[in-house]
Amino acid sequence: MKKILYAVAAILLVCLGLGYEVSRLEQPAVKAKKQSLIIYNWGDYLDPALIKKFEHQTGYHIIYETFDSNEAMYTKIKQGGTAYDIAVPSEYMVTKMEKAHLLDKIDPNKLSNFKYLGNSFIHQSFDKKNEFSIPYFWGTLGIIYNDKFVRPGSITKWDDLWSKKYRNNILLVDSARDIMGFALVSLGYSMNTTNLLKLRLALTKLNGLGSNVKAVIADEMKMYMVQNEAAIGVSWSGEAADMMANNSHLHYVVPKEGSNLWFDNFVIPRTAKNKKAAYAFINFMLDPKNAAQNAEYVGYATPNEAAMKLLPKSIKNDKQFYPDPSTLKNLQVYRDLGPKVTQAYNDLFLEFKMYGR
Amino acid sequence: MNSKKTKVLFMIPYLLWIILFVILPILLILWYSITDSSQHLTLVNFEEFFTNGTFLRMMLNSFWYAFLITLVTLIISYPAAYYLTRMKNQQLWLLLIILPTWINLLLKAYAFIGLLSNSGLVNQFLGLFGISPVNILFTDFAFMFVATYIEIPFMILPIYNAIKEINPVIIQASEDLGASKWQTFKYVLWPLSWPGVESGIQAIFIPSLSLFMLTRLIGGNRVITLGTAIEEYFMTTMNWNMGATIGVILIILMVAVMILTGSKIKRKKVEL
Repeated sequence: MKKILYAVAAILLVCLGLGYEVSRLEQPAVKAKKQSLIIYNWGDYLDPALIKKFEHQTGYHIIYETFDSNEAMYTKIKQGGTAYDIAVPSEYMVTKMEKAHLLDKIDPNKLSNFKYLGNSFIHQSFDKKNEFSIPYFWGTLGIIYNDKFVRPGSITKWDDLWSKKYRNNILLVDSARDIMGFALVSLGYSMNTTNLLKLRLALTKLNGLGSNVKAVIADEMKMYMVQNEAAIGVSWSGEAADMMANNSHLHYVVPKEGSNLWFDNFVIPRTAKNKKAAYAFINFMLDPKNAAQNAEYVGYATPNEAAMKLLPKSIKNDKQFYPDPSTLKNLQVYRDLGPKVTQAYNDLFLEFKMYGR
Repeated sequence: MNSKKTKVLFMIPYLLWIILFVILPILLILWYSITDSSQHLTLVNFEEFFTNGTFLRMMLNSFWYAFLITLVTLIISYPAAYYLTRMKNQQLWLLLIILPTWINLLLKAYAFIGLLSNSGLVNQFLGLFGISPVNILFTDFAFMFVATYIEIPFMILPIYNAIKEINPVIIQASEDLGASKWQTFKYVLWPLSWPGVESGIQAIFIPSLSLFMLTRLIGGNRVITLGTAIEEYFMTTMNWNMGATIGVILIILMVAVMILTGSKIKRKKVEL
């Protein structure tokens, strides 16, 4: 009995010590003002140095929380009980959140740095007047290949993936919209197709790819591509940038027939408590210098034209991540297709994962 | 001291726990499964499940893989458990068997990725004999192998305990009376150790039905079970009603397995 008591006391003591240490470490940099700004963002998607800088400039204390999928974020905000001042959904999720009345309007006139955003990145179909969202980063869906196994330049279009050469050598990202999407594009259809017959055709075409597919995975793809586990991967530009930073044999191609153009955007949820701080932060992030620093840290493409000019040549002239206008014009932005069609995309994708082998 | 009042008092924490975390969630899942997205009562979800080839195929997959995993685990574990009871230093061996279960499942999965991948240890070893990298990761074999590895301790332990409880005199008696090794096993050892086998099967078959992380990490989503579907319906498309329906069907299947394996023990006893 005594022993157990000692053990319990020891565990409690350790917990207490750790708890104290945590609270000491997490103490805000600026203590004077109690006002805080709660940001809900993807993991590792903002340069921490900029958080410190913002706190110093404005005196707000930033609480930074992260999510790992649009859907998880949506569910959390929808269920209430949160007070996020800023969230960063992708474009189709902006529409969905707006339809569910989860977003507050944003007045671009109150953002003095809004003018720096490039014309091709504002007033997009999912938010024609930028009433609810301000673009944060953008990117594409494309093909990553390893020049140890694939001759450079031999992959230019989606159809090249169907080649017999790549048997059991392709990794796909586990995302229904993207995989069904590129099958649709390869057939000449829109990535926002709602016609069930066309979706079925896309599935048939995808099933033909089955024997080339090694696995359908998520974040682990980065690790495998870096370790030369597969010749080809299909994923997003930002993921590709991460992989290429760790393996110089990897290259990224945006197929010429077209692909997805995606945006992650700042929004202000209805439940925000500190809108003034939210505006201040969005404006701070739109400042070209900060945006450039952030783009360099995160590795995704910035929609901020003035910031782009500040980026080193090796980044801004990289056609892989800042594609030229002729490729850009073939890119399609996802629309929110409503629950029924979204379900159809996912069901067909599940069918592909099961039968297409 | 031991009045009714104190008894009730002691029951309260447990009752609360059961109601809040077991009964209510199951009722919630049931409720979701028999409603549609606009809260109308309907059996549409179940109809969809049983008329859709994809779901039925997934159910078949789940069953088939769970069956194979359980069978292979049993074949490996039974002799292991038997010889364990005959060994010296049993506590040490037991500890070695239990030890892997202290390591987080995710870590073990990642360790296997490191072993089985093209540049992994297994392929490096094969490379010594001039065998070019064999594709092991993301195959049915890899999935079965890892799942079996993870489940083995949960099969060995109950069987070991069951065999340990058998009085050795009974085995000796069987041999003295002229039973062959096989007869001793069939008529004495196996029936008497059955309770252990049974709880081992339940501890493995039921969770294996909805194995989900391994299908993704080791199977590379080339092995699809009902767990994958549940994740999709709850997390990606947020069709909670259909997700709950699959959940309810899984629960029913699990109960069925419990009852089936449970009734066998009675029959065996009658036979004896």
